[in-house]
Amino acid sequence: MLRHLLLRSGSSLFALLIISMIVFSLSQLSGNPVDALLPDDATQEQIDTFIRDWGLDQPLWKQYMTFLGNAMLGDFGTSLKWPGESAMGFVLDRMPATLKLGGLAILISVVIALPLGIAAAYTKGSITDNAAQLFALLGQSMPNFWLGIVLIWVFSVWLGWLPTSGTGSFAHLILPAIAIAWFQISALTRLTRSAMLEVLDAEYVKLARVKGVPEWLVICKHAFRNAAVVPLTYFGILAASILTGSVVIESVYSYPGMGWVAIEAIRGRDFPVIQAVILAYAVIYMLSNLLVDLLYVVVNPRMHHG
Amino acid sequence: MNSQTKKPLLEVQDLKVEIKTKVGSFVPVNGHSFSVHEGETIGIVGESGSGKSMTASALMRLLPKHVAKITEGSVRLDGKELLTLSEKQMRKVRGAEISMILQDPQTSLNPAFTVGSQIKEALRLHAPGPRRSLRSRAIDALKAVKVAAPEQRIDAYPGELSGGMRQRVVGAIAISCRPKVIIADEPTTSLDVTVQAQYLRLLRELQEETGMAILFITHDFGIVASLCHRVLVMYAGRIVESGPVGKIFANPAHPYTEALIATVPSLSGNQGRLRTIPGQPPSPAEKIVGCPFAPRCDYADARCRSEAPPTVLANGDSEHTTSCWRAVNQ
Repeated sequence: MLRHLLLRSGSSLFALLIISMIVFSLSQLSGNPVDALLPDDATQEQIDTFIRDWGLDQPLWKQYMTFLGNAMLGDFGTSLKWPGESAMGFVLDRMPATLKLGGLAILISVVIALPLGIAAAYTKGSITDNAAQLFALLGQSMPNFWLGIVLIWVFSVWLGWLPTSGTGSFAHLILPAIAIAWFQISALTRLTRSAMLEVLDAEYVKLARVKGVPEWLVICKHAFRNAAVVPLTYFGILAASILTGSVVIESVYSYPGMGWVAIEAIRGRDFPVIQAVILAYAVIYMLSNLLVDLLYVVVNPRMHHG
Repeated sequence: MNSQTKKPLLEVQDLKVEIKTKVGSFVPVNGHSFSVHEGETIGIVGESGSGKSMTASALMRLLPKHVAKITEGSVRLDGKELLTLSEKQMRKVRGAEISMILQDPQTSLNPAFTVGSQIKEALRLHAPGPRRSLRSRAIDALKAVKVAAPEQRIDAYPGELSGGMRQRVVGAIAISCRPKVIIADEPTTSLDVTVQAQYLRLLRELQEETGMAILFITHDFGIVASLCHRVLVMYAGRIVESGPVGKIFANPAHPYTEALIATVPSLSGNQGRLRTIPGQPPSPAEKIVGCPFAPRCDYADARCRSEAPPTVLANGDSEHTTSCWRAVNQ
């Protein structure tokens, strides 16, 4: 069990190392890092200082080691677009906003998708089932930026219930969270439904009924507990892709989170910030997958002994 | 056992189950009537698809929803009519007064919960008590089914136990609340022969201790001979013969029973090829005119093919009935 977790953590760290190489090479691939990292109107003196400070006269592997050393301390240099801000500091500053929005989107996904998937499986072939399937199909067919715009049009412009964009209150979170969540609800509903269908006919579900267990417990305890591994596996992908995939939606709603920072940084060729954002996303992705690995053990007792 | 002196625990009258599908409706349980007495074991025998398991599900009122329905009849458990109970009332009966041992020990325990929690769940529902006493009662149930080291096994997950052990645990769950009637749906089919024999002996011992009635569903006439007091022979959703085991073996009145007994291989003497019954049982969707066994029967005549035989006494014996024109003609 502990071995399993250590192994997973190890492979996560290895993946992070690879990503750091890619991030490092980004500034090399796009031409002379001096052009990329310094503003166009930099003086020769600034350029010389920069080359010395950043060790650009050193061999590449040495540069990478310096980059890696700094990166491990969270130092990606200072932002070009937002002068005076440290790149990582700026990103971390926006992280809570993204976590708040992503957290709400995850909550909405899970709270709607699991019961919907269970209900659809339990009433297989009925109107409830068909309605749930249609709802899922809609979510998977609509691109989320488009859904975001439609939601603004209906709920902000037309009905005037919710703000169109920005941040500040809980109301600001609702539309972007729905726009992010719907696609995930669809995927999670369908997965939950098929996993439940598989276990609902199992003998142990019948045995629970034979024992006189109330029907809701038969479904939610005996059946779902065994079906849970499938949606849980997807939950890792879901959490990670919601947190890191908010780039588009944050732009649609001008929501100042990490995604918005990423877009703005790319637009402004702000390499230090881009590098910091990418690595921050990578860490989030890995942590959520590690969390799922931990949850596996909780759900699946057979893994206690593995 | 003399069934006349004991009180009937389970009385089934004209039980009829209908299944509706897109291709039509059929009747897998067609007018069953029988009773099981205290301390008695009744065997229900028949080929696959003869309606044995459907009968068991109907008695538990656990037929697949929206598909199968009890359309007629009465099921009385110790005098109480089960078919008119509400679902909530029926839940109190299930597991407490009538219980069931399912076919496949590999899959009938929930892999996500410990053995103990699955036994305790039944106890908590029907005979609640403080935590510690639940645990000791669960251990008692494991002891009753002769699980070695029950104090350790109670915390094991099903995946850590052997097939025979798991089936004992399923048995422990079934008897934990001291039910009056246990339905055993081919509980030993997937066990190997020695484990099977141990399990059957165990069932008989439990019955002697508690006086429960057992309804034993099987396709194995050998098991019936060694375990059951009386037999119901099912064919195509009907009970075609019923009576005490000894009389049926000695003097089968229905050609199907006769054929079934002949298929049991004997150890004595060289019989050459294994005996089989020619032909196939009718498909459930088939409309049956006359006796359902007629197409496979050596004795069938014109009347057998056109008119369904009534249920009559066989050889004038009040304990032995059959539905066959040959018995009517006697």
